Amino acid sequence: MALLEVADVSKIFPGVRALDSVSFTLQPGEVHALVGENGAGKSTLIKVLTGVYQPDGGELRYQDQPAQFGTPMDAQRAGISTIYQEVNLVPLMTVAQNLFLGREPRNSFGMIDRGRMDREAREVLAGYGVTTDVRRQLGTLALGAQQMVALARAVMIDAKVVIMDEPTSSLEPREVQTLFGVIRDLHAKGIGIIYVSHRLDELYEICDAVTILRDGKLVHTGKLAELERIKLVSLMLGRDMAEVRREGATAFSGEGTGDESAAPVLRVRELNSRHKLHDVTFDVRPGEVVGLGGLLGAGRSETIKAIGGAYHLDSGEIEVDGKELKKPTPVRAVKAGIAVQPEDRKAEGIVPGLSVRENIALAVLPRVSRGGFVSDSKIDEIVDRYMKRLRIKASSPDQAVGDLSGGNQQKVLLARLLATDPKVLLLDEPTRGIDVGAKAEVQSLIDELAGEGLGVVLVSSDAEELVEGSDRVVVLRDGVVVGTLTGTEVTTEDLMSTIATEAHREH
Amino acid sequence: MSTETVATRPTLDTARLKAWLPKYGVYAAIVLLVVYNIFFTPYFATWSNLRIQLIQVAPIVIVALGMALVIGTEGIDLSVGSVMALAAAFIPLYLGYGVVAAIIVALLAGVAVGFINGVLVAKVGLQPIVATLALFVGGRGLAVVISEGKLVDIRNSDFLYLGSGDLLGIPVLVWIAAALVLVVGFVVRRTVFGRRLLAIGGNRPAAELAGLPVKRVLIMVYVVCAVLASIAGLLSVARIQSSDASSVGLLIELSAITAVVVGGTPLTGGKVRVLGTVAGAMLMQLVIATMIKHNLQPSTTEMVQAVIILIAVYVARERKTR
Amino acid sequence: MTMTNISGPETPAIVAEDVRKAERTDRIVGTVQRQGALAVLIVVLVIALASFPNFRSFDNAATILVAAAPPMLIALGMTFVIITGGIDLSVGSLYVLGGVLAAWASQYGILAAFLLPLAVCGAIGLANGLLIAYTRMAPFIVTLAALLGARGLMRAISSEGSNTYLVQSDALRKLGNGSFLDIGYQVWLVAALVVIGMVVLARTRFGSSIYAVGGSEDAASLMGVPVRRTKVWVYVLSGLLAGLAGAINAAKLGSGVTVLGTGMELDAIAAVVIGGTLLTGGAGTIAGTIAGVLLLGVIQNLINQVGNLNSNWQQVISGTFLALVVVAQTYLVRLRRVT
Repeated sequence: MALLEVADVSKIFPGVRALDSVSFTLQPGEVHALVGENGAGKSTLIKVLTGVYQPDGGELRYQDQPAQFGTPMDAQRAGISTIYQEVNLVPLMTVAQNLFLGREPRNSFGMIDRGRMDREAREVLAGYGVTTDVRRQLGTLALGAQQMVALARAVMIDAKVVIMDEPTSSLEPREVQTLFGVIRDLHAKGIGIIYVSHRLDELYEICDAVTILRDGKLVHTGKLAELERIKLVSLMLGRDMAEVRREGATAFSGEGTGDESAAPVLRVRELNSRHKLHDVTFDVRPGEVVGLGGLLGAGRSETIKAIGGAYHLDSGEIEVDGKELKKPTPVRAVKAGIAVQPEDRKAEGIVPGLSVRENIALAVLPRVSRGGFVSDSKIDEIVDRYMKRLRIKASSPDQAVGDLSGGNQQKVLLARLLATDPKVLLLDEPTRGIDVGAKAEVQSLIDELAGEGLGVVLVSSDAEELVEGSDRVVVLRDGVVVGTLTGTEVTTEDLMSTIATEAHREH
Repeated sequence: MSTETVATRPTLDTARLKAWLPKYGVYAAIVLLVVYNIFFTPYFATWSNLRIQLIQVAPIVIVALGMALVIGTEGIDLSVGSVMALAAAFIPLYLGYGVVAAIIVALLAGVAVGFINGVLVAKVGLQPIVATLALFVGGRGLAVVISEGKLVDIRNSDFLYLGSGDLLGIPVLVWIAAALVLVVGFVVRRTVFGRRLLAIGGNRPAAELAGLPVKRVLIMVYVVCAVLASIAGLLSVARIQSSDASSVGLLIELSAITAVVVGGTPLTGGKVRVLGTVAGAMLMQLVIATMIKHNLQPSTTEMVQAVIILIAVYVARERKTR
Repeated sequence: MTMTNISGPETPAIVAEDVRKAERTDRIVGTVQRQGALAVLIVVLVIALASFPNFRSFDNAATILVAAAPPMLIALGMTFVIITGGIDLSVGSLYVLGGVLAAWASQYGILAAFLLPLAVCGAIGLANGLLIAYTRMAPFIVTLAALLGARGLMRAISSEGSNTYLVQSDALRKLGNGSFLDIGYQVWLVAALVVIGMVVLARTRFGSSIYAVGGSEDAASLMGVPVRRTKVWVYVLSGLLAGLAGAINAAKLGSGVTVLGTGMELDAIAAVVIGGTLLTGGAGTIAGTIAGVLLLGVIQNLINQVGNLNSNWQQVISGTFLALVVVAQTYLVRLRRVT
């Protein structure tokens, strides 16, 4: 008897098929890994399972009955609980209140029985290894303990299915072990667990089965133990091991342009940030494209943002063109010649309401103005140059960027970066969510820019793009550099095997 | 997965109306009201009536300009009325040292208040409504304390010229307001400051990542808003020919926010409609004038204003895409 | 690093030494946050008792309490609203409207004098709540419109504010000026309501919902809290309490005065915030609000006693307190989060 079953479920958003007839089965007592890169459809699937989205096709069966959840509450009442990455509790309320919200024990007058509530909360949490004062504000607890509270709450409300979205992303190693202890308990109680994570070691330690999604489609489902690591990685990243590599699937020339003897334009030394980055170190020489490889959550975006001054660092050194960048902030980084293209174009890149012209000129306003007054002719010069060079298609420079296609939005963003005359270009998923034509254009532009002597750091979840676009690839896992691919090693096979190698347990 | 955004084409008429209404609704409403008044209101289309309306609306326009800038950064400034009161309180105290000195002191009061607001918002990180609430409460109190709660008549004719004089047959007050509209319009369109302001309101994380001096710009915006309010305050004193810190600019934050919102500037930031704001202020003035001319009580006017604010905000409200 | 292992198979306890230290910081910061207003109130009281002979009388204490009764009711409602993360700017207008309605309706008896303001102000609160909860318009703009609308309504029924209705009911006047144990009836009434309010907030599921909505709306709705219903109710409550405060004040003054009430909402907000309630929502106590209201009341009383001091110092002090408290809170909250 299956606990939760999804058959041929599809979900369509305007212009996107986020889920394309995906099927998936969860058995009672099973810990089922759900994996896939960004945009693979994992979160959409979870949202369909928990009533956030209604499927556009296919069937959902729960405990052998057809099920339909109109709201997350419906799903929760039926016994499907989700523990989100960002803990979904109320940080300002006490631990006990969070545990019992909506189901508080009441005395004979209908008043909440605080004493009983606190006592029961203490007892319950002790079973999860949390021995804190339950009258403390939840937000003052360590994230691991908060997650335990969320888990305890889910189990308390008779959950039969618990969905965990990246539960270990902010946990210390010993907290991870505590969590696994709890998961094994749940497993023994017959509760089904859907476990979303990119840490292969963890998956192999705790999960029974695995389902892999890519581009909204199911690519594999089965017992995890029967699947090799390298196979798992290749399925996630979309490269079949047997498939012969077609040369030139991307628009990259494939020729290295880096000058090996030149002094590095970017030197990164021992970047550390709690939980996320550990001693990340690498160099970029002028004209070189250095790829950052790794799975989601490996610390690629964090590294890029930290260099751009937009992510907190506990320690580390950054040098641009031999000059140290002290206390990096975005303002200082831009001045030093660092240009960052963030992963989330819409949230952190473009200003959708402003025109193409204003977006391109945004970072260089002081240079195109005199005494605080903007010179239109100077802006037009820059805008004209980059619109031509990047072949930005807009009805006019005055069109709002929010109305452009994804590819053109991305080009506008790149134009803004290039207008600052950077020495180093940090690109985080530069071709995500843009059409094929624009993709090729962006790729050849990256080549071209490196050819002109820029240092480029490239992050891409598309293994092919990363390998063909980079002269060297620095591979990250859990915030640690685990290998560097150079010369003939820069192949998808080498990339995947480096990602897949078992981490020797530290700590 | 391709997440190509297809530009949404408003196929339905209601969709087109929804896009059109916040932008141009205010102008249409003005035209309708003017036409109505020309036919049905006696003595409406006269020079003297227009003059009175313009003089009355001028201070609101000036305050609303600053408010529009603040709202453009996704903020709000509740303290503008108190700033007007402070400016009004300082004028009689320093008029003895000359008109210029008095005006400079009044403007400095604005700078100080704006700076405090700006620091609270940009550096401390308070919500704008909270940050400006403190000076909303305390600013007027301070103004009344400074003026010792007295109503002071102003007799300096040079100063009064600002409020009741004419230049080429048009009140000086109106000239000043018009000049400030041009200046603010110019600032928004043509200066580094203006462009940065819009970028910050439009997408603050992106503005930060692009290396813009976000905090400095935010502080500056609140300073500009408060300075405009203090100009409105001193002009009001010059017009009424007396300074009464307890009544100058009372509830003007409400009129200013209304003018900005009715004029089509979204409360969500990223856009500043300078001309729309002027039109918004004019429309509200026109509504009030029309109702008074037709012997409707001020109480009715207030209730109608309340409804107009709600409609304007409702129409302009951004759909939450979640 | 020592670990305390309490129970559970293979579940090492998460609590460690550094966490214990964090717990201590947290307790201290939390106490400052909650009891700060009370501490300041005590300090002010001690100074006042020592230096103002006139302050030191039972009569003066009773006067302070009677004067604080209507603001206390408004601040009580405001506490509920602010804990949900909202704000209600309409209460000052509703307070005046309630007074005028009560005075007018008193010709039909004391019951009518209470029911009419409660009904009208409750209805306006309901409108506020529905607009805020269902259209997602910002609370400040909705209640700002309600401020205008309620003021218009008040002036419409009082001939543009020129007509002051006298209280016709002897029972109502007696309620306003009589006393029990030498303390005005209204103080007892307000005290009773405050106690009920405390119980509701601390001991009922509705109270928990209020904290949850203000603490994190998304989490609250995922945890099954009826977010919209909770929001609607707090604005209704706020409207009702403001109307009641108006009625009580009319009873005391013997008429429905039309010129009061501007700035009442701000005094209430100031009192609530000074009392330790976060303007961003999610945390706060009624005990703190009581301390905040009394603190402002005592300061007002002292300012009145220092004959030559302008009464507008009150606003300056409120504003300064407000700014200091809000800034301090921001840093306190950050301090707690960092641990």
